[in-house]
Amino acid sequence: MAAPKIIVVGGGLAGLAAVIKIAEAGGTVDLFSIVPVKRSHSVCAQGGINAAKNLKGEGDTTFKHFDDTIYGGDFLANQTPVKAMCEAAPGIIDLLDRMGVPFNRTPEGLLDFRRFGGTLYHRTAFAGATTGQQLLYALDEQVRRHESEGRVNKYEGWEFLSAVLDSKGVARGITALNLRTMELRSFQADAIILATGGVGAIFGKSTNSVVCTGSAQSAIFQQGAYYANGEFIQVHPTAIPGEDKLRLMSESARGEGGRVWVPRTVGDKRPVRQIPESERFYFLEEWYPKYGNLVPRDIATRAIHKVVYELHMGIDSQPMVYLDLTHIDRATLDHKLGGILEIYEKFVGVDPHEEPMKIFPGMHYTMGGLWVDFDQMTNIPGIFAAGECEYQYHGANRLGANSLVSCIFGGFRSGPNALAYAKNLSAAEGDGGHAAEIQRQTEINNRLLTNDGNENPFKLWRELGDTMSKHATVVRYNKGLKLADEKIVELQERFKKVNLSDKSQWANTSFAFTRQLGNMLELARVIVGGAALRDESRGAHYKPDFPDRNDEQFLKTTKASFTGQPSGPRFEFEDVDIQHIKPRPRRYDAAK
Amino acid sequence: MADKTVTLEIKRQASPDAPAVWERFEIPWRSGMNITSALMEIAANPVTADGKATTPVTYDSNCLEEICGSCAMRINGKARMACSALVENFEQPIKVEPLSKFPLVRDLQVDRSVLFENLKRVKAWVPVDGTYDLGSGPRVFPQQQEANYPLSNCISCTCCMEVCPQFNEDTGFVGAATIAQVKLFNNHPTGKVFKEERLRALAGDGGVQECGFAQNCVEVCPKQIPLTNAISDVSRDVLVQKVKDFVRS
Repeated sequence: MAAPKIIVVGGGLAGLAAVIKIAEAGGTVDLFSIVPVKRSHSVCAQGGINAAKNLKGEGDTTFKHFDDTIYGGDFLANQTPVKAMCEAAPGIIDLLDRMGVPFNRTPEGLLDFRRFGGTLYHRTAFAGATTGQQLLYALDEQVRRHESEGRVNKYEGWEFLSAVLDSKGVARGITALNLRTMELRSFQADAIILATGGVGAIFGKSTNSVVCTGSAQSAIFQQGAYYANGEFIQVHPTAIPGEDKLRLMSESARGEGGRVWVPRTVGDKRPVRQIPESERFYFLEEWYPKYGNLVPRDIATRAIHKVVYELHMGIDSQPMVYLDLTHIDRATLDHKLGGILEIYEKFVGVDPHEEPMKIFPGMHYTMGGLWVDFDQMTNIPGIFAAGECEYQYHGANRLGANSLVSCIFGGFRSGPNALAYAKNLSAAEGDGGHAAEIQRQTEINNRLLTNDGNENPFKLWRELGDTMSKHATVVRYNKGLKLADEKIVELQERFKKVNLSDKSQWANTSFAFTRQLGNMLELARVIVGGAALRDESRGAHYKPDFPDRNDEQFLKTTKASFTGQPSGPRFEFEDVDIQHIKPRPRRYDAAK
Repeated sequence: MADKTVTLEIKRQASPDAPAVWERFEIPWRSGMNITSALMEIAANPVTADGKATTPVTYDSNCLEEICGSCAMRINGKARMACSALVENFEQPIKVEPLSKFPLVRDLQVDRSVLFENLKRVKAWVPVDGTYDLGSGPRVFPQQQEANYPLSNCISCTCCMEVCPQFNEDTGFVGAATIAQVKLFNNHPTGKVFKEERLRALAGDGGVQECGFAQNCVEVCPKQIPLTNAISDVSRDVLVQKVKDFVRS
């Protein structure tokens, strides 16, 4: 039998990690990415990557990392894979260090670590405040090396459209669209790894990059893959509100001592730095004395919402609070946080060394994603998933600096597992379903190009984003979720009347976007439907009408499947693996 | 402020062979607006200032926070990232054009893959033995980290190449970004195993000798990478390497 062929879709940290493992094992990989892989969304990660290296004499252990992650995720994550990730993390940091990531150092030349949310240990390795960029570059460089040695073929500027499934429902390849020539093609593979990132675009404005639409996940969901825990959406407490997107202001700002506050007097007119300490309301420090500004993200986000919408104490009555670094000396700030301070200064025009930043929560991350087994394989044989696009490592709320480690760990697992699967795969019958899938995709494309309605896809997208941000982020009510679902169904109807203002067959970005939008709408129903069913509050999912966690009924993974019916996705629940740590109440006002 | 608007003139070209035309757009002004959000606004309402229906503008963008390197273009004649270009800082009409030194794809989108090819040529990576667990990496003192980190911030936007008078088909010059990466990897305790190969790759035509010291690169770099320092350091190393190779031969 010929050497197995693996396709990896997505060139962020998870995808590149998978590629490296396969290439190293002697396999060949076709790597598909919408953008040149070096421009993937992983570059936006700022604060760092967690590993219990215990280099600060605190007695940190991988078990404590595991416990913090499970507790931070409100016990929703399956524990066995999380345990394995935390145990592998120190080795991953060492490897990245060997690859040349310019991590910050101690005077002795060792890796420096800082604190992050949801832990009391210095567990986060970092490269300034551009850690994701530095990690992605290190993996990109290794992949370039394998590429120059002929083990990797890059298809940059190709967008994944669907999986090719044979008559038995086994994956035999993919279809993809060349974003320049608009050519539709199918590609043969014995196994496929999706590493296609987050879903921020479904919420209109988020901290995510433009390509993070969830389109690929949605496409294979519609082909039969389960989507798990879709309702768990992380809203990051500190983002810069923006016209076009919400720019992340890393948790590392608080890890290095940044403090969140509002004036105690509503409408205080004094210049901000003249407001004395005693007249500042450091609400996180007052409400959560043990963790202070470093409570997990869901907790901090809800606290800011409470200050703004219940106590009406937002700065100048606007939805904003201060994130203050001005008490920290300039050299330390530049050395440890330079990258993010530059972003604030460039986009807001105010120097955060001199004046507290004004921030507000913004949609940031999906804990949910494609359902996978402990080997990273979806329920479609031959399709694996790794990184943010799968659901496995973060439960109901992700801890800061755990995403980079989960991406790399998931990528490292999925690569060899895909290779092992592919080696045992029997040959496809006939053409493995390629011709039929090309036919199906051609029909979808033709419908889009020949529609003669009057809807503009970019306007539909804005309406989707407004609805999702309003009803399916920080605070959720069943009434609002119902409205949101009805709105999505309306948008799906109007989507059938989309009229493309550009029907050309060369670098047609609105055509590609419109295909993504159709997929976003399907996934939006999964997010909203899962949230509606889960009548409890757990991690990032908060319903004031059901304020407590309800383990009896909802210590379960939500699994959505596609029906193609107007009633929307079908939902079922699966037990969570809790064999290592017994679930206990989650609270951050005291040490756990 | 309801009727305050922003005027943009965008150079359009439907394909590499099609003629270039300028289109003028007037779009509603919003506080904090940048060039990429203006382009998104046009996509939602693709009509020119004189009421003519047109197509959404094709351009590269991704992170919108100046870290992915996608959205480089010329704005009022200057190469820069469109996402960090706040419209209030520009004289109107704001003229938006594609980078001029790279093959045009469509509208504001160009093909910058030459940079990634150059990075292959100079082996811009650390040759690790494998990804299995081999223990800690080499010790690196903070001073070294502080010297290397800025070089590692290069976002591959190619602005330094666009503004370089020497970067053209005649010279085949690799450009400042690649040279800075050579310095970065030659500085690394493991990466320097390829030091001689990298220097030889920059020794001939199109190598570091093509630099004309215009210093445009260092001025335009959105990440303030010390590019001219990198070029001087690498030039010196290339020279030393040439002498060594000459003596050996």
